[in-house]
Amino acid sequence: MRPFLIAAGLTLATQAMAQTPVLTVYTYDSFVSDWGPGPAVEAAFEAECGCDLRFVAAGDGAALLARLELEGATTDADVVLGLDTNLTGRAAATGLFAPHGLTPALDLPIGWDDPLFLPFDWGHFAFVYDSTKLADPPGSFAALAASDISILIQDPRSSTPGLGLLMWVKAAEGADAAAMWEALADNIVTVTPGWSEAYGMFLEGEADMVLSYTSSPAYHRIAEGDDTKAYAAFAEGHYLQVEVAGKLAATDAPELADAFLAFMLSDGFQAVIPETNWMFPAVTPAGGLPEGFGDPVPAERTLYLPPEEAAAVRDAALAEWRDALAR
Amino acid sequence: MARRAGTLNLAAGAAAAGVGLLTLVPLAAVAWRAGGLPAPGPADWAVLRFTLWQAVLSATLSAGLAVPVARALARRRFAGRGLIITLLGAPFLLPVIVAVLGLVAIFGRAGLMNAGLSALGLPTVSVYGLGGVVLAHVFLNLPLATRLILQGWLSIPSERFRLAESLGMGPAEVRRFLEAPMLAAVMPGAWLAIFLVCLTSFAVALVLGGGPGATTLEVAIYQAFRFEFDLGRAAALALMQAALCLAAVTVAGRAASRPGPGAGLDRAGARVPAGGIWRRAVDTLAIGLATAFLLAPLAAVVVSGLPNVAGLPPAVWAAAGRSLAMALAATGLALALALPLALAAARAEGRGTGWGAIAMLPLAVSPMVVGTGLFLLLRGLAPPAVLALPVTVAVNAAMALPFAFHALLPAARALTADYGRLADSLGMAGLARLRLLTLPRLRRPLGFSAGIAAAFAMGDLGVVALFGDPDRATLPLQLYRLMGAYRMEAAAGAAVLLMALTLGLFWIFDRGGRADA
Repeated sequence: MRPFLIAAGLTLATQAMAQTPVLTVYTYDSFVSDWGPGPAVEAAFEAECGCDLRFVAAGDGAALLARLELEGATTDADVVLGLDTNLTGRAAATGLFAPHGLTPALDLPIGWDDPLFLPFDWGHFAFVYDSTKLADPPGSFAALAASDISILIQDPRSSTPGLGLLMWVKAAEGADAAAMWEALADNIVTVTPGWSEAYGMFLEGEADMVLSYTSSPAYHRIAEGDDTKAYAAFAEGHYLQVEVAGKLAATDAPELADAFLAFMLSDGFQAVIPETNWMFPAVTPAGGLPEGFGDPVPAERTLYLPPEEAAAVRDAALAEWRDALAR
Repeated sequence: MARRAGTLNLAAGAAAAGVGLLTLVPLAAVAWRAGGLPAPGPADWAVLRFTLWQAVLSATLSAGLAVPVARALARRRFAGRGLIITLLGAPFLLPVIVAVLGLVAIFGRAGLMNAGLSALGLPTVSVYGLGGVVLAHVFLNLPLATRLILQGWLSIPSERFRLAESLGMGPAEVRRFLEAPMLAAVMPGAWLAIFLVCLTSFAVALVLGGGPGATTLEVAIYQAFRFEFDLGRAAALALMQAALCLAAVTVAGRAASRPGPGAGLDRAGARVPAGGIWRRAVDTLAIGLATAFLLAPLAAVVVSGLPNVAGLPPAVWAAAGRSLAMALAATGLALALALPLALAAARAEGRGTGWGAIAMLPLAVSPMVVGTGLFLLLRGLAPPAVLALPVTVAVNAAMALPFAFHALLPAARALTADYGRLADSLGMAGLARLRLLTLPRLRRPLGFSAGIAAAFAMGDLGVVALFGDPDRATLPLQLYRLMGAYRMEAAAGAAVLLMALTLGLFWIFDRGGRADA
C-alpha cells in the first residue's frame, strides 16, 4: 500500500511541475466558435508561448463585461478580449484592469492613447443593401428618413450594433438626434434583439437595408462569390467601433498576459481577423488585406465618441430613441 | 394510508425544495448581491402593462382557438391524424429564433401572405406590432393548448359517451354534462401555462413587436442587467414578474378545482361521438386551418434548410449529440420533479394550490435572473465551465416542469379520485403502488410530459450563457454561432436538424405514452 501511495504522490508532483502555465482569456462567444478567429489564434499563440491558452466564452461584449463585474477581483480571467469603446468607460471604472504599457503603431482611423485597453480590430457601422433590389441607396440619414426605404435595426439595450447606431445618430445629429429618430421611425420595419436576427431577416428580403458593418459585403464577395451586397455610404460619415482587449490587474500570469497582448498585434493574430471576424485588423498584416476585402471608410468620414463622452450621452440617447420609436 | 401520504409528501417536498433552489434562491442571491431593491419607476409600470396585456391576449386567443381544434381531433379518425398531432407540437418546441424566421417567411413584409395579397391587388399587411406579438405567441402556444385540451377530451372514459348515447343525449347535452365540466377543469391550467410563457417572452416580443413600444418585463430585466448592470433593478423587475405569475396561478387554481369525469374501463371503440355532416365540416375546417397556420412557417424553415443539412460541419453534429444526451438527462429529472408534485397536488385537492404554485415557479422567475443567481451561488464551488452541463440539465428540467405538471395533473386527479381510496384500503403503497397503479394509469400524460421536457431541453439556449464552455456547445448555440458568422444557410440547415431531433424525441416519448390514442 505504502509504495503505491508514494508512487502516486510522486506522479502527482511531477505532473504539477511539468504542468504548462495557463493563460485564461475571457472573450465573446463568436470569437471562439469554429468559424471565428479563436481556434487559429489559440494554435498560433500556443506554438510560441509554451503555455496553455484557454478561452472562456460569455455571450457578447456586454455579457462579457457583466460577467466580469459579477466576478470582481476574484475573476479567473488574465485577459479580457472583445469589449468595444462603448463599454470601455464602464470597464475602466471597475478598476479591475491594469495598464498594458505598450505604444504600438496602429492602423486605426483615430489616434489611440488608452492606457488600459489595446485595440485588436475595428470597423464602421453601415446600412447594407442588395444592389439588385435597391438601385438608389440613400446617401445620408436625412435622405433615408425622407425615402420609403425600409430598414432593420438592432435594439441598443441588447446588441452592440444597436448601441452603435444610437451613438452614430447622436454623433451625426447631436441635438437633433431625437427629431432624426422620429423621422426614421416609419422606415424601421422592426428592432431585433441581436445582429443575427436582423441580418437573417434582411437576407430573406424582409427589408431593403440592415444595420451592419462596411465589411459585411466582403464576406459575401470572398466567402460566397456574391457581389450583390454593398453598403450605403453616408455623407455625414460612419460610426467607428473599435474592439479592444485588456489585462486584469489581479492576473496570476502577468508576463503571459503581456506576451499575449503583444502577440495580439502581431501577424499571427492580425492576419486571421479579416476572414474570421470580418473586421479590419488593428495592425495591417504584412500580406495586406485579403483580395476583395474593400477599403475602409477614410479617417475624415469617421464619426467617433471617445469612451467618456459615449458613456455620458448614452442614457439620454437611449431615452430619445425609446420615446421616438415607442409611438 | 399514513405511510403512503408520508412517502408522497416527502418526495413532493424534495421536488419542491429542488425547484426553490433553482428559482427563488437564485433570485434572492441577485437581490442580496445588489444590496437592495429600488422601487419601480413610471417606465417600469408601462412595461408591466404591455407585458400583462399581450400575455392575456395571447393566452386567451391560444386557449380559445385550441378548443375547436382539440374537439375536432378528439372526434375524428383519419389517416395521418397521429402525424398531425405530433407535428402540431412542433412550433412550441422550436427555438424561438427559428420559429420567428419561419413566421416572417409567411407573414412578414416579403412573406407568402403579402405576396398573395398583392397578387390579388389587395393592400399588404404589416405583422409588426402588438398584432405580430400575439400572432407569434398563438403560433407558438396554440399547439400546447390543443394538446392539453385534447388530453382532457381523451380522459373522458368512452363508457361515459356510450352511456350518454344510450340515454339519448344529443350534442348539446353531451356538451353540457361531459365536455363542459372537462373544459372547466382543463382550460384554466392551459390558459395559465400559456399566460406564463408569454409573460417572460423576450425575443418574440422584440422582433415582432416592431420596437421599444413592445418592451416586456424580460426585456427590461435584460436591459437592467446587460446595459446598466443594475442588479437591484433586475431583481426588482424579476420580483414583479414573479408576483404577477403567482397571482395568476392563484386565480387559475381557484377556477380549476373541479373533479374529473370519473373512472372508466379503458375500453377502446366507442369514442367521442362523431356527429353529422355539419359538425364534420366544422371539424375539417378547424383541423385544416390550424394545420395550415402552424405548418406553413415550419415548411418554410424546412424548405430553406433541408438542402444544407448534409453539408453541415462536424462541429454541428457533435453539438447535436451533446444536446441529445443533455435532453435525455433533463427529461428524467423533469419527470422526477413533476410526478410527486402532481400526485401531491391531486391528493391535497381543495386545500390550497401550494403545490401547483411551486410547479409554476420556473416560469415565474426570469431566466436571466436565474442564470445570474446560479452563477453567483455556484461560482465559489467549482469553475463555471465544469458546472455548465449539470446546471443546463437542472435548469432545463425546471423549465419543463410547469408543462409536465399541467399535463399530469388532470390524470393524477382522476387517479386519486377513482382509485385512491381502493388502493389505500388495499394498503398499496410505495414502489408497488407506483409500479402497479400510478405509472400505468398516468402512462399517456407521462409520455407527453417526457416528450415536452426532452424537446425543451433540446431547444434551450438562454439561461446558462454565463456558464459557457466554448468546447461543449449545444446545437442551438452552434446555430446561433453559424448565424453570427454570416453562415445563414448552414444555420438554416442546423435549424432543420434541430427541428427533426426535437420532434423525433417528442414523438418517441409521446408515442410510448399514447399507444392507445
